Amino acid sequence: MSAAAQITLTVVALGITFWVVRLVGLRRLRSKYALLWLVITVPLVPLAVFPAIVDEAGEFLGVNYAPALLFSLSSLLLLGIVIHYSWELSRLESRTRRLGEEIALLNARLDDAERADDGEGES
Amino acid sequence: MSAVAVIPAYNEQASLGGVLAEIAEIDGLVPVVVDDGSSDGTAAVARNAGVACVRLPFNLGVGGAVRTGLRWALDHDADRVVIVDADGQHDPADVAALLGAIDAGAGLAIGSRFAADAGDYAVGGTRRRAMRILNRLVRMTTGFAATDATSGFRAMSRPVVEYLAREYPVEYLADTVEVIILVRRAGHEVVEVPVSMRERSGGEPSARRFRLVFNFLRLLVGIAGGVLVGRRDGGRS
Repeated sequence: MSAAAQITLTVVALGITFWVVRLVGLRRLRSKYALLWLVITVPLVPLAVFPAIVDEAGEFLGVNYAPALLFSLSSLLLLGIVIHYSWELSRLESRTRRLGEEIALLNARLDDAERADDGEGES
Repeated sequence: MSAVAVIPAYNEQASLGGVLAEIAEIDGLVPVVVDDGSSDGTAAVARNAGVACVRLPFNLGVGGAVRTGLRWALDHDADRVVIVDADGQHDPADVAALLGAIDAGAGLAIGSRFAADAGDYAVGGTRRRAMRILNRLVRMTTGFAATDATSGFRAMSRPVVEYLAREYPVEYLADTVEVIILVRRAGHEVVEVPVSMRERSGGEPSARRFRLVFNFLRLLVGIAGGVLVGRRDGGRS
């Protein structure tokens, strides 16, 4: 890897890290999702500074083409994140459904209470 | 002058009744139970005791329940709020001391198990070490020498309630530790009051050990974000 590529990757990884943490501070991002992204960006920094880590890890695991190891790992990680999002989405969906039901039931109870009040006034 | 006792409760039907009976003994304290999506008779216990009960449609966690309670307190013109666990761990006899600290000018008073003249309270090894690290974290970021940063037994003044009703971090650990940092940075005084905590009289401990690391890292990210933004804003801290 060329020096320029190393520097670019380091800057990008650090930049994303900084940006994610800042979003948490501004309360635009919940810290649990920030943690998810930091798990990816933080290890990128040593990898960018010492690219030999990838080659050595590949050799250790018996992978012929070391970058393939990196690609498969990152695909796996992204797959994990997407599945996690589906899970979160499902939870959110069932919660909004529950909220809708809750509001409808509250409206019904309010109507009943108002009708009961009117009834008392007339008699 | 009225103080509200916010009692977050998640499946605490076994212990809630006893806690409410003890709180009813305290003059001028209005209790409100926040039923955090319980599947047991928690809400019925509150209703039978004639206590206001806010029922959340699903479980929001202690932080979410406390924030709901703070908003209820604001709606009912509370000038001070004390948070008391429904599991019987917090001794209502200490409520007076916590509210007293608020009357003496503090914004946030934390009931500490480990302050110099507090009663005995035993915690296991991992938990104890985690608590020490969290206390140190608070001291490093704010200079406040906390001895029990994760204690949920707290009282707060009206301005702090107003602030936290908007800003309360709902995540576990953040709802106790980060709150101290936020309140200090917002310019309020934070003090500790020695309290004696009892064994839980019912319910399950809310945090499992294997989640501790995740919760801790999440807290660090949250605090780091606050520090980063605070520094850039300059004037906010």
